[in-house]
Amino acid sequence: MRAPEGATEKVPSAFVRVVQYSLVRLIALFVTVVIGVYLTIVIANMGGYVDEIRRGFIREQVAIAVGLDQSLQEMTPAERQQHIDQLITLQEKRMGLDQPFAIRSFRYLSDALTLNLGRAENMASDSGSRQVRLIILERLPPTLLLFASAQLLLFFTAIFAALALSRHYGSWMDRIIIGLAPTSAAPSWFYGLFLILIFAALFGILPFGGLVSAPPPENIIDYSLSVLKHLILPVGAIVISAIFLSIYSWRTFFLIYSSEDYVEMARAKGLSSRAIERRYILRPTLPTIVTGFALSVITLWTGSIVLELVFNWPGLGRLFYQAANIFDTPVIVGSTVIYAYLLGMTVFILDIVYALIDPRVKVGGSGGNRS
Amino acid sequence: MTALSRPLSALARYPSAIAGLLIILALVLLSIYTLITIPYAEAIRLWRGGEGVWLETPRNAWPSWVNLFPGVNLPNTLILDTDSNSVEKTRQVGSDETNVITTFTIDYTADEFPQEISVFLTSQYDQKLPFVSFSWLTPDGREIRITDGTVERSKTVRFSQESKLERRLQGVKPAVGLFADPQSAAAAPKPLKGTYQLVAKGLVFEDEADVDARLVVYGQVYGLAGTDHRRRDLTLALMWGTPIALAFGLLAAVGSVVSTLIIAAVGVWFGGLIDATIQRITEVSMILPGLPILIMIGTFYSRSIWTMLGVVILLGIFSPGIKSYRAIFLQVKESPYIEAARAYGAGNFRIIFLYLIPRIIPILVPQFVVLIPSFVFLEATLAVLNLGDPVLPTWGKVLSDARTNDALYQGHYYWVLEPAALLLLSGLGFAMVGFALDRIFNPRLREL
Repeated sequence: MRAPEGATEKVPSAFVRVVQYSLVRLIALFVTVVIGVYLTIVIANMGGYVDEIRRGFIREQVAIAVGLDQSLQEMTPAERQQHIDQLITLQEKRMGLDQPFAIRSFRYLSDALTLNLGRAENMASDSGSRQVRLIILERLPPTLLLFASAQLLLFFTAIFAALALSRHYGSWMDRIIIGLAPTSAAPSWFYGLFLILIFAALFGILPFGGLVSAPPPENIIDYSLSVLKHLILPVGAIVISAIFLSIYSWRTFFLIYSSEDYVEMARAKGLSSRAIERRYILRPTLPTIVTGFALSVITLWTGSIVLELVFNWPGLGRLFYQAANIFDTPVIVGSTVIYAYLLGMTVFILDIVYALIDPRVKVGGSGGNRS
Repeated sequence: MTALSRPLSALARYPSAIAGLLIILALVLLSIYTLITIPYAEAIRLWRGGEGVWLETPRNAWPSWVNLFPGVNLPNTLILDTDSNSVEKTRQVGSDETNVITTFTIDYTADEFPQEISVFLTSQYDQKLPFVSFSWLTPDGREIRITDGTVERSKTVRFSQESKLERRLQGVKPAVGLFADPQSAAAAPKPLKGTYQLVAKGLVFEDEADVDARLVVYGQVYGLAGTDHRRRDLTLALMWGTPIALAFGLLAAVGSVVSTLIIAAVGVWFGGLIDATIQRITEVSMILPGLPILIMIGTFYSRSIWTMLGVVILLGIFSPGIKSYRAIFLQVKESPYIEAARAYGAGNFRIIFLYLIPRIIPILVPQFVVLIPSFVFLEATLAVLNLGDPVLPTWGKVLSDARTNDALYQGHYYWVLEPAALLLLSGLGFAMVGFALDRIFNPRLREL
């Protein structure tokens, strides 16, 4: 409970408070992202293991280059070895491998934070570029499309279904939903397998995976229709894997709130159930709903990797998997950094929304104390 | 004791919880049975499937029980050696050579053709190699010559690789051609049901010499679970996957929940800087992308399931759960009994471990039980990402193999459905118990 504000105390306007709150959160989140990215870099380098891989790679490349060079054929083996060593030292210096990791890690950090992600070792974007940033940018829209549509669908369906259920709790629908809640123990890719089995393999009405049909339709309308068709199963998998649990938990949450005294009071006043829902149940629970939404988005971001793999969805998750399989370190680190940014951004945007809807922030109560 | 028996008896009032407990019990029993019957080393050896381990199993075979479905009658795998009843071995001693005749009798009743036919020959001789010729007798009285040749110590005759035989069968695959009904259309051949015979006529030139033959007709179904693309029996992976999944889920859940709990309690109790630091670390850890980090560690370091388990626990220590535990601990911290403990001079850690943490266990137990399946699925997720343990057979590895070999596209549905069913079953088992426990331990939910 918040202590009453002293009336004489000068209270800044709501706008200033929201901005102030957002700024503080922004700085805190930025620090968090920096630490997260730094940890990622340290892990990605595995205490020098990755440097060893790179050194070996340089050695091999230099040896091949020297071996192929006709003008160096006359050298004695000793001279040639010396020449190779020189080239290797030069190359290692160019890639910064002569410095200790502690120093390099900070250079990596500043590079990563400015999204200067370097060049991929083996991968290339569809347009042929080897810039990690371009490769990732190319893969980001499909991921955003998939997860934004799934999240929005999931969130609104769950909230409205939960409201409806909390009105008729104990009904057979309610029981079914409670009974189905444990199905959310399985991740979305798992349901994806079943959906593919049923709709693609058995009935053949929806595609097995991918973003558009091959060859991609030229017409923009056909193209979007094709994307839409490919979107159904992965979105369905995400929704199925989460819907029952979220309906169940929102329903319980609403039920707890609808037994509050002020709701009973409103009911006694004879307000319509719609008005009660909107003004007395949804409004005070909004901050919690937003927090719940943020948490589910965060868990979904990283849960997407396998789903994209199962559905052959050309997004960030599949890129990450491919990069991990061929040890393309710059791409791995780059995508992890992007993931950290995405998570940070999600938290930040939802924090601002939170500041806008939580009256405690606006009037200057204990806004920072939410759990 | 009453603290334990009360929830248990309360649990009995929830049918779903009883079903869940039964599922968990069945999985535990299966694990124990597996660990006893197939030792660790044996499981790894079989799953690696080196030379000669899976010679006699068909490739990508459905489980045998699909034949129980109406209208499905797929051929089983037949393995006939000289000890079986339907094999007759006679020895006719001549003047300078001896005939060793082995006759295999097959009753063929399936509606589909076998995958492949092979004969494994072993021989004993001193100097002169025995010579064996094969011929095939169909139920309608035709005799088809298969092949002939000398036999070293051991030799495998794969009918599919006998190009002359294939030519004699007008270019039809031997496994189809030998069983095909000549009346049926060439485009859609049907097997002729009845009694077939394979006669292996061996000629040996020494008194002590002998030839032993073993016929394998690779069917389209095999065993309880079918086989994969490397002819491995899936029963092995499904059985061994059970103890691994349970152990991984349980250890990861215990590890992350207990450490999270202790950290939350320590933070609340000492407050101040320690609490603030823990809060900030939790926020950092919320932003750390967990699965990508696991993938990096799997790719660069080690894919051993124990390494993965350790990392999963480490990543789970500062989970968002700290925040909710913290809220409860803050309330508990103010209760009179804590004050009393402080008054009689109880130490910090005595209070944390004996007074604070036990208070929260009722809230914890259901969360903990619900957490187990998520880790079971995490193991499968890692395996699907090719980060499964390199040697252990697990459910996730089966799913991963199925995915990389396009099982769904090729119609090998059993390959996906079997591990998926087990995963789902264990997930549901724990989740059902957890949800019921949640209602028992949190009375506020029970009223609703």
